Amino acid sequence: MSRQMTGAKMVVQALKDQGVDTIFGYPGGAVLPIYDEIFQQNEIQHILVRHEQAAIHAAEGYARSTGKPGVALVTSGPGATNAVTGLTDALMDSIPLIVFSGQVPTFMIGSDAFQEADTVGITRPCTKHNWLVKDTETLSTTIHEAFHVATSGRPGPVLIDIPKDVQFATGNYTEKTKLKSKYQPQVKGSIEGINDLVKLMEKAKRPVFYTGGGVINSGPAASQLLRELVEATGFPITSTLMGLGAYPASGKAWLGMLGMHGLYEANMAMHDCDLMINIGARFDDRITGRVDAFSPKSKKAHIDIDASSINKIIHVDIPIVGDVAHVLEDLLKVWKSRGRVTEKEGLDKWWKQINEWRAVRCLAYKNSETTIKPQYALERLEALTKGMDRYITTEVGQHQMWAAQFLGFEDPNRWMTSGGLGTMGYGFPASIGVQLAHPDALVVNVAGEASWLMNMQEMGTAIQYKLPVKQFILNNERLGMVRQWQQLLHGERYSSSWSEALPDFVKLAEAFGAKGILCSDPKDLDDAIMEMINYDGPVIFDCLVEKHENCFPMIPSGKPHNEMLLAADADAFASGAALV
Amino acid sequence: MSALRIKKGSSSHSAYDLRSNFGDEIERHTLAVTVVNEPGVLARVIGLFSGRGYNIESLTVAEIDHEGHRSRITIVTSGTPQVIAQIKAQLGRIVPVLEVHDLTAEGPSVERELGLLKVAGAGEKRVEALRLADIFRANVVDSTLESFVFEITGTPEKIDAFADLMRPLGLVEIARTGVAALARGAK
Ligand SMILES: Cc1ncc(C[n+]2csc(CCOP(=O)(O)OP(=O)(O)O)c2C)c(N)n1
Ligand SMILES: [Mg+2]
Repeated sequence: MSRQMTGAKMVVQALKDQGVDTIFGYPGGAVLPIYDEIFQQNEIQHILVRHEQAAIHAAEGYARSTGKPGVALVTSGPGATNAVTGLTDALMDSIPLIVFSGQVPTFMIGSDAFQEADTVGITRPCTKHNWLVKDTETLSTTIHEAFHVATSGRPGPVLIDIPKDVQFATGNYTEKTKLKSKYQPQVKGSIEGINDLVKLMEKAKRPVFYTGGGVINSGPAASQLLRELVEATGFPITSTLMGLGAYPASGKAWLGMLGMHGLYEANMAMHDCDLMINIGARFDDRITGRVDAFSPKSKKAHIDIDASSINKIIHVDIPIVGDVAHVLEDLLKVWKSRGRVTEKEGLDKWWKQINEWRAVRCLAYKNSETTIKPQYALERLEALTKGMDRYITTEVGQHQMWAAQFLGFEDPNRWMTSGGLGTMGYGFPASIGVQLAHPDALVVNVAGEASWLMNMQEMGTAIQYKLPVKQFILNNERLGMVRQWQQLLHGERYSSSWSEALPDFVKLAEAFGAKGILCSDPKDLDDAIMEMINYDGPVIFDCLVEKHENCFPMIPSGKPHNEMLLAADADAFASGAALV
Repeated sequence: MSALRIKKGSSSHSAYDLRSNFGDEIERHTLAVTVVNEPGVLARVIGLFSGRGYNIESLTVAEIDHEGHRSRITIVTSGTPQVIAQIKAQLGRIVPVLEVHDLTAEGPSVERELGLLKVAGAGEKRVEALRLADIFRANVVDSTLESFVFEITGTPEKIDAFADLMRPLGLVEIARTGVAALARGAK
């Protein structure tokens, strides 16, 4: 049965057929017909954000915390250009999003019409794919294809640009089930590669799993299989910033995060291993440090759904293109069928070595009776929220790295942070998206004061929709991460890295109708955090912390993993020791 | 705390490792890319090359299957083996790209290009141009009393050679199609 309807109605119909319950957006002239259709139904909830960038980050938070794609709707011209940062962020972190933008009518395209922008041109490099739909007849299939492309293979954001006349015109609606897409990425890994990897695993004396966001994107089955594989083999496991939670932080094989601000034991294990098994990570430069000195003694295997991630930066011996869950399932099968062999003696020695590295206690910091150390604030947040149904988002900076170091994630999809693009302003709108998907959960955005200001207008959204998001601001009155680099690498010349003229965050919260909490004394911290958690509504928690704390460990760029700086080294620099 | 002492010439002052990790033997490869013929597909391919800093020596595109909406893009590019491998993987990632073939790596192939050359002159030079055109099997596709337009097909090197010879004989203008290529053999 063919169904005739307007393009605007098709958008809403297709969203319903795709099982969408929530979209984030901001109206304008070029999307009014779609907003009119949204008004006339109740199945899909539209969340009015206060800036289109926030609509995209909120959709990202929704997507990452549910495993479903996020959906956003913006108008033409400035609406679309405001979405660009969010799209780029989602592309870098492989977040499935479907973004709709309005466009001027087809007959006006190219005439520099009011609020016209070449949206498909502008967003071509920051989407996985995009479409300009010029005919209502093709609109519904394009939307179904968009969902398919965004969620298959390596996920990513897609955009559909819909001219206003296409929204008004009538056409045939094609059902979701009729979609025949040519886009069919390979999900099964090559069995030769898997066999080769199993053989190396059987002989490895110093193996390490290096896992990333790909495990989480692959779905809950992938995390489950990963846990099984780690338990069964007894190999140590580390993860990138994006992969936290795929393996539980309380697991005994857990080494903590690796990379520029990763844990000593994790980075040392990466450097000294004889077999590195990369699962859904991409050898980012924050991970590898100096590339020609990266893990010099290891054989490397790389499991990734995106063939272009393999051999891009680091040459690997065993490339396996495929979906993590599919490959891990086969890997486990093969390894078990060959008798579950590991090199026990070698592994014991390896763990002994790892435990020596652990004994360095690389996260140790000097606590204070009078000033709240940011690490302490996070330790308390962790202790007081442990076991709760908790989701964490972050902004970008020192606080983000401390959050990754000091908070433990037991499950996937509980940790939302901007990894690839490092977008200040991500965390607050992302927390809104997460809270909408999980209305009863505790959602905390661990923020820096500077990042938080970048999307603070979203207080309006939080209040309007009664979203009890907790904005836990580690306020050091500095662009802390920038200040740290300037202190360590630019001769202590603090060029524009002071957060000047900050607002009174408590009054700011009250101005929006939210609760503000100020805390500056370590002795008050626990009570203040509990007050934040127990308050039924959005809270801005202004946690005044030590202003000049540095985030360690740190691998300066261009240095190999075994030349990490620890907090203790920092004192040595003060006394004039040279870094070579 | 004083600043860290970083050795001169080290890249630790940067947020990135400023040393490139890649070797530098440059290879030239001809890639045949089958794409869905939809708006913007060429922009995607070209954007990939410019955005990631790859070279394009030649690029041709035309529809090869009207019913099936398929076009073939032939790209001649150069880079280290690792960069060439990346280019192929990145091309394969573009949603409307159906197939990527490296004709240089996959076995012998034929490459042809078409050139149009306008040569103006009189007397001995004009006769010489015609004589050389004959040797190169170039056709005259337009002529006036003081000019010829030659059409020549062959490898890019052959067209280069012909153009070099025509230069002193009054070469005015040249248009080239870029390379079209196919693998040799039955498959
Ligand atoms: C949009 C954007 N602009 C600039 C930067 C560069 N940057 C990285 S961290 C940082 C400072 C962040 O300060 P704050 O949010 O207070 O966090 P802190 O490091 O103090 O914890 C800056 C400016 C960025 N990541 N994103
Ligand atoms: Mg700060």
